[in-house]
Amino acid sequence: MNAPIPAGAMRAPAEGRRTARHEGFLGHRRFFWAWVALLATAAAVLLYALDDPWPRPNGGTALGYALGTAGALLILWLSLLGLRKRRYTDGQWSLKAWVSAHVWLGLALGVIATLHTGFQFGWNVHTLAYGLMLLVILSGLLGVWLYARLPRRLSANRAETSERAMAATLAENDRALKEAARLLDDRSAALVEAAIRGPAVGPTLEQRLSGRVRRCATAAARARLDATDPALETVAALLGARAALLAQMRRHVQLKSTLQLWLLVHVPATVGLLAALLAHVVSVFFYW
Amino acid sequence: MAVDERLDVAIIGSGPAGLAAAARAARRGMRHLLLEKTDHLSDTVYRYQKGKHVMATPAQLLLRADVGFEPGAREAVLDRWNRDAAEVGIAIRLEAEVTSISGSRGAFVLGLAGGETILAAHVVLAIGTQGNPNLLRARGVGEPGMPIVQYTLDDPGEYVDSHIIVVGSGDAGIENALGLAADPVQGNHVTILNRSADFARAKDANVKALFAARDAGRLTVLTETSPNRLEPGHMVVDTRDGEARLRCDRVIARLGSAPPRAFVEQAGVAFASAAREAFPTLSPTYETSVPGLYIIGALAGYPLIKHCLNQGHDVIEFIAGNTELKPADEPILEQRLGGLSPARSVAEWIALFRREVSIFRHVSPLQMRELLLDARVRQFAPGETVFVKNDVGASLFAIAEGEVEVEIAAGPPRRTAIIETGSIVGEVGLISGRRRGATVRAHGPATLVELPRNAALRLIGTVPQARAEVDRITTTRLLLQIFQSGLSAEDLAPILASAEQQTVRAGERIIAEGDTDDSLVVIRRGSCVVEKELGGRQVFLNYLPAGSYFGEMAVIDGSRRTATVRAAIRSELLRLEGREFRALFETRPELRARMLADMAARRSLTAFIEQEKHRFGSAIDLYSETAAFLMENGIGEATDMLLIDERLCVGCDNCEKACADSHDGLSRLDREAGRTFAYLHVPTSCRHCEHPHCMTDCPPNAIQRGADGEVSINESCIGCGNCVRYCPYGVIRMDAPPPPKPGLLSWMLLGRGPGPGEPPKAWVKAERKARGEAEPAKKAVKCDMCAGKAGGPACVRACPTGAALRVSPEAFLALARGGA
Ligand SMILES: Cc1cc2nc3c(=O)[nH]c(=O)nc-3n(C[C@H](O)[C@H](O)[C@H](O)COP(=O)(O)OP(=O)(O)OC[C@H]3O[C@@H](n4cnc5c(N)ncnc54)[C@H](O)[C@@H]3O)c2cc1C
Ligand code: HEM
Ligand code: SF4
Ligand code: SF4
Repeated sequence: MNAPIPAGAMRAPAEGRRTARHEGFLGHRRFFWAWVALLATAAAVLLYALDDPWPRPNGGTALGYALGTAGALLILWLSLLGLRKRRYTDGQWSLKAWVSAHVWLGLALGVIATLHTGFQFGWNVHTLAYGLMLLVILSGLLGVWLYARLPRRLSANRAETSERAMAATLAENDRALKEAARLLDDRSAALVEAAIRGPAVGPTLEQRLSGRVRRCATAAARARLDATDPALETVAALLGARAALLAQMRRHVQLKSTLQLWLLVHVPATVGLLAALLAHVVSVFFYW
Repeated sequence: MAVDERLDVAIIGSGPAGLAAAARAARRGMRHLLLEKTDHLSDTVYRYQKGKHVMATPAQLLLRADVGFEPGAREAVLDRWNRDAAEVGIAIRLEAEVTSISGSRGAFVLGLAGGETILAAHVVLAIGTQGNPNLLRARGVGEPGMPIVQYTLDDPGEYVDSHIIVVGSGDAGIENALGLAADPVQGNHVTILNRSADFARAKDANVKALFAARDAGRLTVLTETSPNRLEPGHMVVDTRDGEARLRCDRVIARLGSAPPRAFVEQAGVAFASAAREAFPTLSPTYETSVPGLYIIGALAGYPLIKHCLNQGHDVIEFIAGNTELKPADEPILEQRLGGLSPARSVAEWIALFRREVSIFRHVSPLQMRELLLDARVRQFAPGETVFVKNDVGASLFAIAEGEVEVEIAAGPPRRTAIIETGSIVGEVGLISGRRRGATVRAHGPATLVELPRNAALRLIGTVPQARAEVDRITTTRLLLQIFQSGLSAEDLAPILASAEQQTVRAGERIIAEGDTDDSLVVIRRGSCVVEKELGGRQVFLNYLPAGSYFGEMAVIDGSRRTATVRAAIRSELLRLEGREFRALFETRPELRARMLADMAARRSLTAFIEQEKHRFGSAIDLYSETAAFLMENGIGEATDMLLIDERLCVGCDNCEKACADSHDGLSRLDREAGRTFAYLHVPTSCRHCEHPHCMTDCPPNAIQRGADGEVSINESCIGCGNCVRYCPYGVIRMDAPPPPKPGLLSWMLLGRGPGPGEPPKAWVKAERKARGEAEPAKKAVKCDMCAGKAGGPACVRACPTGAALRVSPEAFLALARGGA
């Protein structure tokens, strides 16, 4: 009996379900999409340089049509990312690969569409579409830059807690503050009360992005309470802890909002672009 | 007590098992008494959460107890039992804790907590597995005039203006202390004592809340302090600086609970082995090694209520001398075995299995029946596949008729080996929780008994001879698999004869750098890390999973140990004598060649690290520290782990949303929670442990390892929450799926519904109300590695930046080295 079984078989893991290589979205598959984008851009530039249309390059030449069609299809595909990101279907896709292709091909689109215009601009729907596209691309670039810089700070600031834990700690601290404030004089108690009632993070977008809260009641209470009064020792310590926690929460919200802020340009501009693109295409074909 | 006061049977514990036994005894008119520790029947069921739906599985099993049982709310079940107990006329004694059992058939003496004794001819022990709280050991406990000592706290609001000391540093102690101190109006002075310096056993959130409460002055935390003695109105404690005297009216001791094994052993009952998971050794009539003492129910290894009830009925029948009792499972078994050829009766099949299969040889016919209830008997045509290499299946096959053929090499040339009648196959998946090592086919017609993991583990836990047999077969096969080189079982016999089994704790050193011993160590279970001292620091060299070996260098050339090996988690090892191996080298030069090749590969790794050390010293330190961090967070027992590279994570939580939307709307992952080191974050998500703790005590056996190695929970979950308590990583939640949401497009375009991801609780509540639906029963939910989903885990696929990754420990630690 006792048949030998091949070595290694015992622990052959299901590598197919694991991450084969660890790369960020920019370098996905050894910069595959960067190469594709570079080639596409180079081909477009080369064709444009070799092309000698009459009277001058514009969207209406054969090459112009080709570039325009490629550009429009690219825009449509780039816009589909919003759907892909939220349709969690089965299958061999990865959002990282999509974002990688999105970023690099989106940059290539900048060149392709610019060549498509033949550098003819004016105050019309065509240039509006082009301008909106540039806005989308530039905001996308901003996004990539933020995605590269902010995650480490987000991680470091969070320091192994979570949003939920921060909120729970704050609630706990506030309970203790209320408790301690019962023994204070009216003026001090009112200051503490105001500190607890004040907003934890900025209510407006501007305040969230700046990581500050205008007229922060906690800061005010700390400034106005007499730190040398021994009766206030506990309250002062609790307010100090509250201030430190608020600083962490505000920084957290600041970083998270910043990571999403650019999308508030990128996505509405995409919607505008799609509308302008439609107008551009319709007007070109029907009213030429 | 006079002789005529002796009972025919005393039944200890009024859970379903004890209750059914007492009911049967009452029906039969036996002199009986049901003894129950608490002031109500069936404490385990009593303590289920209010309104819990109690399930009645296995559905096919006929119930034949004298108390009724139907699936339904906890309250209905308990009501029914209370009614039936009264109707049948059970003699019950509540608040009667049995603290000692002595004697044997005809003359048992039971000692009760109050000092009273009870005499009985037979004893049925049905105390379940909950155990007793560990007692506070300090002088003065229980003496009059001293502070009151209690082990539970039902309502913290009950106490006012008292000095209360909570002893214990686990979650229960902390929660009690916080509860007592929560409302300052009660005016309690609460102190919590912890023998050690930190609260390592408790949940993070609890520890934080405790320290916050201390900082707020609501309670006192004393660490490195333990109770010494009680004095009227005081407790004297030992601190690092000597004794201190604390005001104390009441002590709440939350020191965990001791499994009932010690109590059972005190009565003289033998267990199958010293292993923690072992059960008492029982005869076909549930009799223990003590004549006249019977054990049934969860304590005997049968945790489902239906089993418990039937066993209660049967055990009394056996005691009353009914040897003709036909088991309740006869119809099920008839149906199970009916389709097989040739046609045989249930008894004939059982006799055949016990005669032919070595691991069943010492199994009683009754145990064999129980095994068959969980097992599947399958017949294979010649050449038919039993299982395929790399399948994950956690079942064990016993060959009852015919032979099977193991494919050693798919070829060409194809090589196979025959496994004969009576042996087992598939034990690897069982022992290490891993995939099938090779494809197995029937060699000629064959009849196999397939035992699911839990049934097989119960077999090993109850029948020592079966354990020894499985051990012998698996060890031989493991060695043959590791060393190959054309070795045969005969070659290994002398090595195995001198082999020594060893169990090591996590972190324990197995071999030390510089030592001169020369044994070769095989990891049977668990995993190890290899470290080397470089520049005064321990540098991480390698991770060794179960099924690998180390120490070969000393065996081959007698050199000193070049590295230190520690256990990453609790591991089982096999130490083989170097001498025996060198003897084998003479006859099997291929073995020596193979080990030399392995050795060369490992030496070059060591050399590489040593060389790099001077160039990238800090990178290698970082690598070592990262490895240590991951070990602390369970990578040592993981088969698959979700990690987040926080240099890339933008906090969009798309991973959680994808998880929720591809699994009934409930996310099985908490991205933010968890530890982080060097931007590597281990979120709260299942590690798919090699030996999953969560499987330890799942009554319906609902937790299984699936086809991709995932540990997942199926629909048979009864919502008991045991797995939540056993998982050390807090990754299982109890919840009910939310109602369906409007589609993605109607959310995007029309803003209907809560959008992607797990819907907020408020929406779920409102939606349920609008639909007029009640909340479905809560069940255990956890990561299933997206089993069955093409493309693999949704969390990883949905991460836009590549921050989320799934890794196996081997691959990841190697990857980290590449990146260092
Ligand atoms: C939360 C939860 C949910 C569950 N849900 C289900 C389900 O839906 N369906 C299902 O089939 N199973 C379920 N189970 C499993 C099932 O409840 C138990 O396995 C079953 O109750 C075991 O029955 P028992 O009679 O062996 O022991 P127990 O029910 O544990 O009863 C033991 C009794 O003995 C008493 N006792 C202990 N020591 C002593 C002593 N020294 N002296 C006197 N008395 C003593 C105890 O107080 C207790 O009343 C669940 C388990 C849990 C924990
Ligand atoms: C005209 C061209 C483009 C269009 C129409 C477009 C459109 C979109 C859309 C619809 C989204 C989905 C946003 C969401 O739903 O959350 C998106 C995301 C994104 N885009 Fe673009 N984009 C374009 C160009 C670019 C370029 C050039 C870059 C970078 C250089 C870029 C970078 C990104 C990034 C980083 C994301 C975020 C991915 C995520 O976090 O899920 N985009 N874009
Ligand atoms: S649920 Fe917990 S114990 Fe079970 S496999 Fe996952 S991490 Fe391990
Ligand atoms: S999907 Fe990726 S980037 Fe988004 S939160 Fe999860 S790990 Fe971070």
